Amino acid sequence: MEAAEIYALVRARFPDQVVEIVEKRADPYAVVDPHAIAAICGFLRDDAALAMDCLNNQSGVDYKDRIEVVYHLFSYSHRHSAVLKVRLPRDNPSLASVEPVWNSANWMEREIFDLLGVTFHGHSDMRRILMPEDWPGWPLRKDFVEPLEYHGISTVRESPIIRLDEKKK
Amino acid sequence: MYFNFAVPLALTIIALLMMAGLIGLQKLLAPRNPFARKLMPYECGEPPTGQAWINFNVRFYLIALVFVIFEVEVAFVYPIAAVYLDWVRSGRRLYALSEILIFLLILFIGLIYVWAKRDLEWIKNVPE
Amino acid sequence: MPLLNTLPDYVLTTRTDEMINWMRKSSIWYMLFGLACCAIELMHTGGPRADIERFGATPRASARQSDLMIIAGTLTLKMALRTRLLYDQMPDPKYVISMGSCANCGGLFQLAYSVCDGVDKILPVDVYVPGCPPRPEALTEGLLKLQEKIMAERWLARAPRVDGAVRA
Repeated sequence: MEAAEIYALVRARFPDQVVEIVEKRADPYAVVDPHAIAAICGFLRDDAALAMDCLNNQSGVDYKDRIEVVYHLFSYSHRHSAVLKVRLPRDNPSLASVEPVWNSANWMEREIFDLLGVTFHGHSDMRRILMPEDWPGWPLRKDFVEPLEYHGISTVRESPIIRLDEKKK
Repeated sequence: MYFNFAVPLALTIIALLMMAGLIGLQKLLAPRNPFARKLMPYECGEPPTGQAWINFNVRFYLIALVFVIFEVEVAFVYPIAAVYLDWVRSGRRLYALSEILIFLLILFIGLIYVWAKRDLEWIKNVPE
Repeated sequence: MPLLNTLPDYVLTTRTDEMINWMRKSSIWYMLFGLACCAIELMHTGGPRADIERFGATPRASARQSDLMIIAGTLTLKMALRTRLLYDQMPDPKYVISMGSCANCGGLFQLAYSVCDGVDKILPVDVYVPGCPPRPEALTEGLLKLQEKIMAERWLARAPRVDGAVRA
């Protein structure tokens, strides 16, 4: 099944929740309403014609005015794939977790929470996964400012290249 | 002045002197710098959590106990085997044989008891 | 009459300091602290071709049994706290070799938010081995430099330091 047909099926089932379908030749995607993401993902997995049993990747993107969460789905039985995107506001973004639908979303959502600050409600273990537990801030946001020290360790170091250039002068 | 245990005695004295020498050298030369973070229980860099003394399964103790008992039994049987021929030659073969068999039989009854009580099974499937 | 050239060839003379230091430098047990790619080169240095075990340096897994810590790889801030605890739990006298560009100064990842720029922000380092990663021969030279440093220590005539540390 082509991606366009998949999106058409989703739109037929959830007519109000599909915000936009972008038909590009290489990477078509569908933008959906954040409040319906759990229902749409459940439908994509359980429907016999679609059978999207694999969440290949779930990632977050920080644009200047919004944060997007992107889902790459794949079906092993039908060998077709689809891409869903969800747009969230930048301050206090929160979204329903798809961990009940696909277990692999567990760590992927923890990573999005750790690095971009998106809280997923319904997640079984919402805590940081890469950064230390007491790290301040969301590192991969565009407006992230690195703290000057962490537990007494200064995070600034004079680059050796600058000193070499000054020596050459 | 050579008596039976002269050589083991000499070895023991040399071992004790060597240990005294090495530990004495360590007391003289080694730096001693204890502080609280150094003496913490080693947990590969993580601060240790929980207690150090935990409950562990009693099967370790039981197997070790059974092992020790039968190991000692084997240790007792070895000298019998070494001198058995002398007993046979002096005509008291049945006496020696019955003694050692009674010894083994008593311990064998103990083995059957441990077996019947299912203490030899590492994983006991207790019916729910 | 001076003692010079009076002793026969089979009598060996030395100083106590040199003898003790020779025994210590010939048996430096290093802790396997490979964090990233330099760990591969550390393994190769301990392997059969460029063998540091011929210098007496054998790898130990535990900090409690080692006297050298070779920081091989990028040190992140999350790991830096644990590295400091491991260094504290090593018995004295202890040494640190900082191996590779990331351990020396943060290396390629110096500007990253999660990287501790250089292991000397948390530990006192004895020898820095540059490279990305340093070849096994380079790490071996670092170990030999550390051995020279150990030979220069004085055991019998040294002023006691206030913090109880041993270095000359």
